[in-house]
Amino acid sequence: MNAESILILLAFCTVIAALTPVLGGYLERVFTGKRTVVSVVLGPVERMLSRLMGVRADQEQSWSSYAASVLAVNLGGALALYALLRTQDLLPLNPAGVPAVEPAVAFNMAVSFVTNTNWQAISGETSLSLLSQMAGLGVQNFLSAATGLVVAIALMRGVARRSSRTVGNYYQDMIRAVLYVLAPLCLIGALVLVWQGVPQTLQARVEATTIEGGAQTLALGPVASQVMIKNLGTNGGGFFGQNAAHPYENPTPLSNFLTLVSVFALGAALTNTFGRMVGDARQGWALLGVMGILFVGGVIAASVAENHSTPALHALGLANPVAMEGKEVRFGVPGSTLFAVVTTAASNGAVNAMHDSLMPLSGLVTLVNMLLGEIIVGGVGAGFYGMIVFVLLSVFLAGLMVGRSPEYRGKKIEAREITLAVLAILVMPVLVLGLGALSCLVPEALASVQAPGPHGLTQLLYAHASAAANNGSAFGGFVANTPYQNTALGLAMLGGRFLVIIPVLAIAGSLAAKRATPETPGTFPTHGPLFMLLLGGVIGIVGGLTFLPVLVLGPGAEHLRMLSGTLFP
Amino acid sequence: MTPSSVRVPLLTGALVRQALVQALRKIDPRHLSRNPVVFVTAVIATACTVMLGEAVLFPPAEGPVLPTPGVLAQIVAWLWGTVLFATFAEALAEGRGQAQAQALRRARTDTVARRLGAIDAPETERVLATQLRQGDLVRVEPGDLVPGDGEVVEGIALVDESAITGESAPVIRESGGDRSAVTGGTRVVSDRLVVRITANPGDNMLDRMIALVESAKRQKTPNEIALTILLVGLTMIFLLVVVTLPAFAAQQGMALPVPFLAALLVTLIPTTIGGLLSAIGIAGMDRLVRFNVIAKSGRAVEAAGDVDVLLLDKTGTITLGNRQAAAFLPVQGVEERDLAQASLLASLADDTAEGRSIVALACERFGFATDALDRSGLVFQPFTAQSRMSGVDGPDGVSIRKGAPDRVLGILEESPPRDLVRAIERVAKNGGTPLVVARDHRPLGVIDLKDIVKPGLRERFQTLRRMGIKTVMVTGDNPLTAAAIAAEAGVDDFLAEATPERKLELIRSHQAEGRLVAMCGDGSNDAPALAQADVGVAMNTGTQAAREAANMIDLDSDPTKLIEIVLIGKQLLMSRGALTTFSIANDVAKYFAILPALFLPALPEIAAFDVMGLGSPSRAILSALIFNALIIVALIPLALRGVSPRPASASTLLARHALVYGVGGVVAPFVGIKGIDLVLGSLGLA
Repeated sequence: MNAESILILLAFCTVIAALTPVLGGYLERVFTGKRTVVSVVLGPVERMLSRLMGVRADQEQSWSSYAASVLAVNLGGALALYALLRTQDLLPLNPAGVPAVEPAVAFNMAVSFVTNTNWQAISGETSLSLLSQMAGLGVQNFLSAATGLVVAIALMRGVARRSSRTVGNYYQDMIRAVLYVLAPLCLIGALVLVWQGVPQTLQARVEATTIEGGAQTLALGPVASQVMIKNLGTNGGGFFGQNAAHPYENPTPLSNFLTLVSVFALGAALTNTFGRMVGDARQGWALLGVMGILFVGGVIAASVAENHSTPALHALGLANPVAMEGKEVRFGVPGSTLFAVVTTAASNGAVNAMHDSLMPLSGLVTLVNMLLGEIIVGGVGAGFYGMIVFVLLSVFLAGLMVGRSPEYRGKKIEAREITLAVLAILVMPVLVLGLGALSCLVPEALASVQAPGPHGLTQLLYAHASAAANNGSAFGGFVANTPYQNTALGLAMLGGRFLVIIPVLAIAGSLAAKRATPETPGTFPTHGPLFMLLLGGVIGIVGGLTFLPVLVLGPGAEHLRMLSGTLFP
Repeated sequence: MTPSSVRVPLLTGALVRQALVQALRKIDPRHLSRNPVVFVTAVIATACTVMLGEAVLFPPAEGPVLPTPGVLAQIVAWLWGTVLFATFAEALAEGRGQAQAQALRRARTDTVARRLGAIDAPETERVLATQLRQGDLVRVEPGDLVPGDGEVVEGIALVDESAITGESAPVIRESGGDRSAVTGGTRVVSDRLVVRITANPGDNMLDRMIALVESAKRQKTPNEIALTILLVGLTMIFLLVVVTLPAFAAQQGMALPVPFLAALLVTLIPTTIGGLLSAIGIAGMDRLVRFNVIAKSGRAVEAAGDVDVLLLDKTGTITLGNRQAAAFLPVQGVEERDLAQASLLASLADDTAEGRSIVALACERFGFATDALDRSGLVFQPFTAQSRMSGVDGPDGVSIRKGAPDRVLGILEESPPRDLVRAIERVAKNGGTPLVVARDHRPLGVIDLKDIVKPGLRERFQTLRRMGIKTVMVTGDNPLTAAAIAAEAGVDDFLAEATPERKLELIRSHQAEGRLVAMCGDGSNDAPALAQADVGVAMNTGTQAAREAANMIDLDSDPTKLIEIVLIGKQLLMSRGALTTFSIANDVAKYFAILPALFLPALPEIAAFDVMGLGSPSRAILSALIFNALIIVALIPLALRGVSPRPASASTLLARHALVYGVGGVVAPFVGIKGIDLVLGSLGLA
């Protein structure tokens, strides 16, 4: 760590901590139907949209009906996006005349954007029409973020409500998520980005003459709005293939910082919304605290790793004190490292540096962030509900240890909740270890691994973790655009999203139906440092240790060998 | 009496020998499948045994193989050892509970009943106790065992219940009233009874006692089921970890020895808690049985740990059942000393605690000496249910009576003087019981019998408050008296002028707020409240209706036990939580032991990961495996005894247990594995 890294980290944490109660309070007002500052303008729009869609505010859904709606809307969205990608050559707004997308790629992309993963098997600016970008990916950027948001809200209602058979109305929640939360924030953010120099135009390209006199074609488009939602909604799919490293997506250190803040903003705020909904703000701060500790730990570890360049370079007399390979000089090591940790912690997946070029141990940090199931702030909503799953397990252990049937916020945690939590926890190991091992065995899949030795294994792990955790960032080096990987990783994205959402909604329904026992001195507090430590321990041991063997084989071995002088490209 | 005061040796030679035999018998797939973690371990042990056989029969032609047959044999042995230790723990827990159950079972099977066609039928038909059905009438002669749980419909008899309660003095059982319930397996000592059987075979208290401590019949409790699901989930995760590892290793050009992977899997899955889980459950029930409480289900025991509100009867629970004389209140014109002397004479032959307390008070206040008293010519009149008075007739024709006011006032020659009536009222209002003393049908005054709050209760209620449990005193007294006693005893709340309906209402209102309520009762009118309460403890002396409605029966009929029952319930959960946390925390060290050993041949740099500095890959694997097996044995005493249920607030308990079992669980295996490694090295075993 150096002074710059520490300063950036401090500034970042301060801004997030300051934004959390403001945004958290706003979210709570929006989703409990209270008046907000924008109600005057948006209220009529909401009512009109509700009438148009036939949504009645007083018609709440049971968890199963809510889950069915989630699945139906997402299935519809995926099919529509697939159709759009397959026929983009026939549709308008295709000034560059790009052809239709291949079936396996289209499947992968459709799934990827619906599941808030935004893994891009192909580069958007050269392979997609403007219509695909805006009406396809752009729309899904909003809808997938809103889906995560409303599932989290439904879970909060489950914890907060008593003896209730319903968890909310999905369609009403979706309208509110887009109308009150994503759209206004995106508008403000996009304007700031335009001020920083990000283009927002329907013009496809501009011809430029370089200093040497050569001709260069610069791709343009509605970049600012796309970039803002990709970060705010933790989607991460960039307008350009180079993502946030591209000067048109992320021109300045300030835009870099704003990007980082927008990535964490909603995920962090949701913990506060939770605290407000259950009537005890400390509950939210405790969750954010655990996320914060894991996050800061990751940043420190990665910064330390990045500030020690490869020993082999020293031997050649090329001693650069820090590892600059694969990083933008605009951001330097601190800006890039923080970005890498933020983007993997928050299931965003935007990158401003090549993760493939990260030092082995900082690569390990990004991997761990994803392998834990994106619970460190995490994807919008997904981070919160993923964390609650671990909270339930911790509460169960803690409850037994104090000799009481385990309960969280007065709700008894019984066999049903534990079964559902275990199902949700199993998703990451099954998808990453299961599909990852399959990729090692199937020759067709193994061809995707380009680098020899442990670095190749890291690439393979990263691809699977990124897909299953719905992160979407690419490590690079791993050839993902093959029919096998497009299909396998597409399935991983689907599983990582919906195999968690369904048990989570079931937990919401089950908790909502329960009576709450009043708090007594016999109830252990779930907001204190003690419980936070226990939660951290459970996350580390149940979530983290699972992947220790493969992490040792991949980045671990790479680091150890780097120290002993063996390098892997 | 507290749970820990029933000291039973944890392990005896005979118990261990018997448990070892049982442990071997339990290695039966049908039995093992009840416990998924142990079952997985057994499957792996079987697979490794096959591999060992293969290695012995077909030794590899060339080159050193990992592991060597010697090491493989040790791995196989310790894998089976892990399974055996788990079954041994269960067998040991069962064995401790079974001695009692065995005696009971003999009582059950051998009993021959005399079945009656009708109450007054002279003929009886001899049938086995096991053939009796609910509603059957049986006659029980002196010396007979009562063939099943039931209700006395005719007769009165002394019954020896020592087989069930351990109490040697026989108790009276009679038809009607609150003492009509009899328990199967008890022996009628005098007189004969006609009993209506109220439980089908397999449903008797005896059967319940046996079922509670025998794992084969034991129903898993709700929390145990949830915990089992968590353990299955963890097992599946680790199964995935180990099964996929060879594929990743192969991609890196490494081949991993299968027995090592087997060892990794067995050490990672939660075998410690998996192996001890049923032992904890059995031991918890056994603790209750030893404490002379029969729970009708394990669910009730767990619920006891969650209780937020305790309803405690005043009489016998908060106050000593027998009141004590506190003052002599003479009527006008009678000396206090005179009243005291008369009371003393009337109570000389009264052997009840109340009678003795009157004698003691008189002696203390006026210096009478009972042994110097001339008793010749005194004819004592014992207390009878008809007269509800006791007293003495002197040689000079003097007759002294003491008893309940309405009775004694009834034998007076004149209407009672006003100050007598006032004294009676005053005593009653202050929470006391008035006894009126009369000589030759003229009133002398009133003895004030006071409720005495049991010593030490105030502190216990304070402890309960710290644990978040609210105590409510239930009494038939008027609110004024109730408030006085409630304040003295230090309960949180009281219900005065309690009727069965008001009790039921109180329970319901607490439950509506989400609280769990425990209560105890004995009379038939308690039955609805007992059934409504989350934990209802019926006194064994109580009516059959109360015993049916409750979910626990206290054989000692000691209502204060409710507090201990709550602690036993908590202890059960705590033991499970502590050992689960310990088991999961252990995994950290096991990774550090086994991963370097697995990867070392292909990746020498991994040695940096071997923080324990273990001798060799084989030794590392064996050490972890041995630690994993031995820790089960080492924790058996804890599982049987239970984590000591300190009455403290939840945060204090959590901090304590998280430190001991969480942090301790991370550290202990590092020390243990290193130690075993050194022993293995010095023995040259690997």
